[in-house]
Amino acid sequence: MSEIVLRHVSKTYDNGYHAIHDVDLTVREGEFMVVVGPSGCGKSTLLRMVAGLESISDGEVLIGGHVVNDFTPGERDLAMVFQNYALYPHMTVEKNIAYSLKLRKFPKSEIDRRVREAAEILSLTEYLGQRPGRLSGGQRQRVAMGRAIVREPKAFLMDEPLSNLDAKLRVQMRSEILQIQRRVGVATLYVTHDQVEAMTMGDRVTVLRAGVLQQCDTAQVLYDRPVNVFVASFVGSPSMNLLHATLSDDATRLRVGTQTLDVAGAGPRPRLASYAGREVIVGIRPEDLTLEGPGEVLSGHVGHIEALGSELIVHFGMDARNYVVEDKGGSAEEAEELLEETALTEHVRNVARVGPRSAIATGESISFRVNMERAHFFDATTGESIW
Amino acid sequence: MGLTMLIPGIVLIIVFMLIPFFFSIWLSMHVEIVGSTVPVRSVGWMFYRHLFSDPIFRGIFLKSLENNGIFALVVVPVQTGLAMFLAILVNRHGAFVKFCRTTFFLPVVFPMVLTSLIWKAILAPGPQGMLNAFLHAVTFGHFAPQYWLGNIHLALPSIMLLSIWQGTGFQMVIFLAGLQGIPHTHYEAALIDGAKKWHLFRDVTLPGLRNTTIFVVMVTTIFSLRVFDQIYLLTQGGPINATSSVMYLAVSQAYVANNVGQGAAISVVLCFVILLMSLIQRQVLRERVD
Repeated sequence: MSEIVLRHVSKTYDNGYHAIHDVDLTVREGEFMVVVGPSGCGKSTLLRMVAGLESISDGEVLIGGHVVNDFTPGERDLAMVFQNYALYPHMTVEKNIAYSLKLRKFPKSEIDRRVREAAEILSLTEYLGQRPGRLSGGQRQRVAMGRAIVREPKAFLMDEPLSNLDAKLRVQMRSEILQIQRRVGVATLYVTHDQVEAMTMGDRVTVLRAGVLQQCDTAQVLYDRPVNVFVASFVGSPSMNLLHATLSDDATRLRVGTQTLDVAGAGPRPRLASYAGREVIVGIRPEDLTLEGPGEVLSGHVGHIEALGSELIVHFGMDARNYVVEDKGGSAEEAEELLEETALTEHVRNVARVGPRSAIATGESISFRVNMERAHFFDATTGESIW
Repeated sequence: MGLTMLIPGIVLIIVFMLIPFFFSIWLSMHVEIVGSTVPVRSVGWMFYRHLFSDPIFRGIFLKSLENNGIFALVVVPVQTGLAMFLAILVNRHGAFVKFCRTTFFLPVVFPMVLTSLIWKAILAPGPQGMLNAFLHAVTFGHFAPQYWLGNIHLALPSIMLLSIWQGTGFQMVIFLAGLQGIPHTHYEAALIDGAKKWHLFRDVTLPGLRNTTIFVVMVTTIFSLRVFDQIYLLTQGGPINATSSVMYLAVSQAYVANNVGQGAAISVVLCFVILLMSLIQRQVLRERVD
């Protein structure tokens, strides 16, 4: 058991592509750390650098206090679970799980004991004699987990281990993986593109974008206090409504399209005053828009409604410009460019969550109450949060 | 509709495979002297009995069968192993690797006739023969020139050598395809499990190439059993039947000795030998396919 520390880690490929920029990250002993980001953001590269499958261009990776930059994957004493499980197809489940122990020349009795124990934890005992080809996706996933835990490694690395499973099984395996990790108590670095998976599983979550670490904190902090507009839009589903707005000269009123919101209720935000008279981006989570109660009024027209039974997801349009976050991969420079605004006024781009029995209908105009205390403000050029 | 789409294929199989096959069975049971007025005469299993009982003919037939056996026993493992080795060697990126890949494949595009002619020059007897001259040079004159294709002990190995040279490239390409079908993550998983290079080969590459290997072995075995061109062009089965193959014997019986029935009988026997080998190999393949 030990922690994983990344110090100023960078990755540049031979063709000059800069995949990872100066990442600092610590996965504490026993911690479940999730790295999340859109596809192509470098999260798998980062994991593979820890695993030793990719070289480290700059910086240091420490496992259990030792710099492992020059260690082979085998010497790093980690276990990894792959997206496609990477089970050896010609070996039985038992041999798959035992393989690493065999290579490390464990005595046969010890191998047997550990394999049986792992099989029991994972309810694989009756499948030990079968080949992976005969197993279902969930069972293969368990074998991959078995292969990881049997070694009692210093840390677990998991590269989107659930994305090949169907939705229902994914939810089930989510809790199984968590239980196993808690039981083994090993530092775990878990990569996923699915922010729900990230939020529900991680002790802490790291958001990565275009190879740059955006924020690393608990799910709740990421949700309540995103450091920038990218994290704000990436975390949460449906995602945060982002609108271009202008702050009045005395920084008390916010002009959103043709409507005006009073920002007095937004609570103490010392830096907001310095944006007086300037353009900002205002972010409102779908659940912070209500049909009644106190708060500022924001009107629009209902585009369409998704009835989920427990709630209604109302998609509505407004006469204000939406801010669009591009989440494509690429270098930091490209990412900066992508932060630029996109004007799409006529589209229905805003979302609210309201009670299931609310009386609303498609095409009607609608007025929401905005909980300004929960509103987010971002710098219109840098995208950083204003607090 | 589906069946009509099959017609061209079925017609081709019937015209070029089934009819000739049954015709050779018929031929193998009749005496027919081509170009003569002697009426065709049914002789039953005579030609087959000949193969195993005729004191002179039996010797040649068994020798040819033995040659085929030796040829297969040497060429199949050597060529398969070499092809796998070369495939692993060139299964990476880079300009030089590309060059090597093309070079290794080059002999395949030559027709066997051309290959045989080239090797005739290489294996030419006397100090002027290319191989003799080369060996003479690299051993600083210690190597005495050999009559490669005329020596009873060297003729068959020489034929095997050129066959391997010609056939390896094709199988290398099949192995390359097989190698590329092995998921990269299997290697990575093994590396993390602590595997060394040898383990990667033994536990990932080799099992990953299992089906490819079975295919290659099967095809090479069939090629070995029906080897003909290089023998016909280089040695005509000689010296003293040292390089005669079953196929060569069949052809020489039918077209040189004007003994069509005997040639047909040999081809039918060969056909069943090949069928039997294929069935055995298929069985091995099926057993472990799960």
